[in-house]
Amino acid sequence: MSASVDNTKSFLEVSPGIRNWLYTLDHKRIGLMYLCGILFSLLLGGAFALLVRTALFSPGLTIVGQDWYNKFFTLHGAVMVFLVIIPGIPAALGNMVLPVQLGAPDVAFPKLNLASFYLWCSGAFLLLLATALGDVDTGWTFYTPYSLESQTAVIPAVAGAFVLGFSSIFTGLNFLVTIHKFRPAHMGWFQMPLNLWALYATALMQVLATPVLGITLLLLFVERFMQIGIFDPTLGGDPVLFQHCFWFYSHPAVYIMIVPAMGVISEMITTFSRKHIFGYRFIAYSSVALALFSFLVWGHHMFVSGQSRLANMVFSALTFSVGIPSAIKVFNWTATLYKGDIRLDTPMLYVLSFLILFTIGGLTGIFLAVLSIDVHLHDTYFVVAHFHYVMMGSTLVAFIGALHYWWPKFTGRMYPEALGKLCAWGVFVGFNLTFLPQFVMGSRGMPRRYWDFDPEYTLYHRLSTIGAFLLGISLFVVVCYLAWSLKRGKKATQNPWGGTTLEWVAPTPPTTFNFPEPPPEVELYDYDDLVEVPNANEDGVTNWERRPATGKPAKAHH
Amino acid sequence: MKACAEPGRRSCPAPRPWVLAFFAFLLVLAIAPSGPRLGGQDLLGAPALAPATAVAQDAPPAAAPPPAELSWWEQKAKQPYVHEGTYWLPPQASPAAKGPDNLFIAVLAMSAFFFFAITAAVIYFVIKYRHRPGHKAEPSPAHNDALEITWTVIPTIIVVILFVYGWRSYIDLTAIPETRPENQIMVTAQKWNWSFRYYNGVEDNVLHVPQDQPVKLTMTSTDVLHSLFIPVFRVKQDVVPRRFTYAWFWATKPGVYRLYCTEYCGKDHSLMKTVVVVHSSGEYEKFLAEAFAKQQSLSGPALGESVFKKKGCEGCHSLDGSTRLGPTFKGAWGEQVKLADGSTITVDEKYIRDAILAPQAQSRPGFPPAMPVIPLSDKEIEGVIEFIKAQK
Repeated sequence: MSASVDNTKSFLEVSPGIRNWLYTLDHKRIGLMYLCGILFSLLLGGAFALLVRTALFSPGLTIVGQDWYNKFFTLHGAVMVFLVIIPGIPAALGNMVLPVQLGAPDVAFPKLNLASFYLWCSGAFLLLLATALGDVDTGWTFYTPYSLESQTAVIPAVAGAFVLGFSSIFTGLNFLVTIHKFRPAHMGWFQMPLNLWALYATALMQVLATPVLGITLLLLFVERFMQIGIFDPTLGGDPVLFQHCFWFYSHPAVYIMIVPAMGVISEMITTFSRKHIFGYRFIAYSSVALALFSFLVWGHHMFVSGQSRLANMVFSALTFSVGIPSAIKVFNWTATLYKGDIRLDTPMLYVLSFLILFTIGGLTGIFLAVLSIDVHLHDTYFVVAHFHYVMMGSTLVAFIGALHYWWPKFTGRMYPEALGKLCAWGVFVGFNLTFLPQFVMGSRGMPRRYWDFDPEYTLYHRLSTIGAFLLGISLFVVVCYLAWSLKRGKKATQNPWGGTTLEWVAPTPPTTFNFPEPPPEVELYDYDDLVEVPNANEDGVTNWERRPATGKPAKAHH
Repeated sequence: MKACAEPGRRSCPAPRPWVLAFFAFLLVLAIAPSGPRLGGQDLLGAPALAPATAVAQDAPPAAAPPPAELSWWEQKAKQPYVHEGTYWLPPQASPAAKGPDNLFIAVLAMSAFFFFAITAAVIYFVIKYRHRPGHKAEPSPAHNDALEITWTVIPTIIVVILFVYGWRSYIDLTAIPETRPENQIMVTAQKWNWSFRYYNGVEDNVLHVPQDQPVKLTMTSTDVLHSLFIPVFRVKQDVVPRRFTYAWFWATKPGVYRLYCTEYCGKDHSLMKTVVVVHSSGEYEKFLAEAFAKQQSLSGPALGESVFKKKGCEGCHSLDGSTRLGPTFKGAWGEQVKLADGSTITVDEKYIRDAILAPQAQSRPGFPPAMPVIPLSDKEIEGVIEFIKAQK
């Protein structure tokens, strides 16, 4: 960040050239590079998912044998969790949006930010290396003792996840310091956009939980090389200990995935309803509550692992506590729609999909929190369907929606709206067709991670496979038209959706330090001053302009 | 629909087309045939389609098994599966299944209520307040503490109730009552096979249990994690190496039910399944006594074959010349094989005995060191030697 940088030109145009991108310290460029990597990983993970679904079109041997099937679902899980969903919203979109929403020129530690990006690349490279070296077949959870004796490329995969963990920790640390230190004087904690509350809660979890994953994977590494008997029962180790360590990270990781999704949903739902978010404080507090509770519920992944019944009781009780902040958010979002002026642009279609899919994902979580029901449903397709509703139906849908929402701001181009809406419907219908039948299979007793299945499930598996292809094609088209729009899309205006947060005050695309001059103080989620101006630029794109100060009476609430 | 049948009502409004379409869809889902059977297994675990590694191999061994009379449970297991449970759940065959099932229905009803309420509210708001010419957002409060506290407290009360009932029915499902020694069964899981050992020393790959008595399973694994899952009893418990875990149930109906492994355990995880046979009262002891007599009468290659099946040897050692995790038994007898230390050794009595009792001492290049120590009696080892000799 040298002072000689031109802060009047768009960050995309200033200092072009591949070198200037690779060495950039600009959070928006780093965010865009993350985005490219994440979208590539999404297509890769999606391809593995379609291979899994194709293999399950009929019982018995279809396209591949057991060996390959096991590798496909492992790689699908590892790529989607570690490379797509965990970094998706915080590292790609958060990086671009967080400093701008604060009115800041960059994150607190720009070099650390670039370092996290290259750590992400290194981790991704190691994971892909594991794929090239003959794959991994342990499942993304690396459960011992199978992961200790598997003859596949477990070491590079574990090393990849280890390195990716550091990328996540550095990003979290950066965000925490940025939010604490770079808030403008007029922005107290309760004047922050809800997206920042969510990113703050996420960063807390990243910093506190991810080191445990690092330690666990390191121990697995050491155990494979030196056989010192931590997890290996034949050496006196405890394989269940691995599950405790693994889920101590990986349960908060579920909230590292979903909490930022809730943040972007809060931003979008108020903008497209043209109405103040309902219950700001309850939403903000519930993000923090989720972050805290998320550390106390890891044992619910282990209800049938052989841990004591007392532990099961405590973990079941704590698990229910997670349901409450989630329910509060859903009610508040729904109430935000009340008496609004709802605009069904593509991002809003994803928001509405999220509301419905997250409700299903959350409610089916209640089944699994009830101890006696969980015994039956554990490790069946019911669990598979439940966590896909949360991780994919909620987090990924929110990510894709938010990508459309901020796409014009950071690329300066609009995506094709009609195609966008069509794909949003494709994602919603395809997703439900894929995963609703899996609830039925699971509660009837179909175990997960099965290459072969009993013939009476054929119909449900086929519906699921057809849905998966609809979903896969829709997402593929989304990635294609976004790439297309970079050059051919309509030129975006400064504020095409009428948002009230600071990024909509910045130029489109923002300059290197985001704002050519210090941003003004804006009233958060106050839409009264914004006026819609259709056909605001040469491409006919709408813009929302701030009306000159009128003598309207001060607001009654607050 | 019932209202239409009431006397006094003259006509019923015709249901809307989309309602009909929805029910037609549900009907199709419920009754549609499950499509042609392309592969998979029958209930007793004989692959209808050989595992992928064996696909390219020759025809099965010429020595066909003698056409023994099938027992009732073997016949039953061969019949096509008929789903007898509700739309959501498998049938119940244990009193402890009632608790979780009732809770499942309760949570389902509660979820359906909240899901439809939220979805209806979202759709109603989107239609009523959608943007259209002349429509504007109306002023409305940005928060309402009373309302928000209400919708915090109501879910809290609901989940506390669910927790209490979930915990109580979990105790019913897992607190093991006093069981007769005859009903205590040792379970050994190994890749990818279940072995059940009964009080009189009989071993079998099928779980036999008596009706209307508590049965206790004491389980361990010889290699990686497995999990025992019997859907009709709503029982599931992980099986951990070098540790005992327990499960119990009280079977109410004689019959043949499925048993799966539900913890991913490697290549043939999805083929690691067998059945539970519930015998009507008195039949269980009779079966075990007969099985014991049969086991005692076996010797030589027949004993070897029985050990080969019950100890799960066939998971890794084929009889048809194909290579699985370990070397095939076909033509193995008398072969000269290379060991990892470079020496050559003949497959003879001594080699086989050592390979069973201390498998890692003479590991062979090209095969992972996956063979567990299998404690067999001398008589059983002799049987296995005779059995391998017979695999020409």
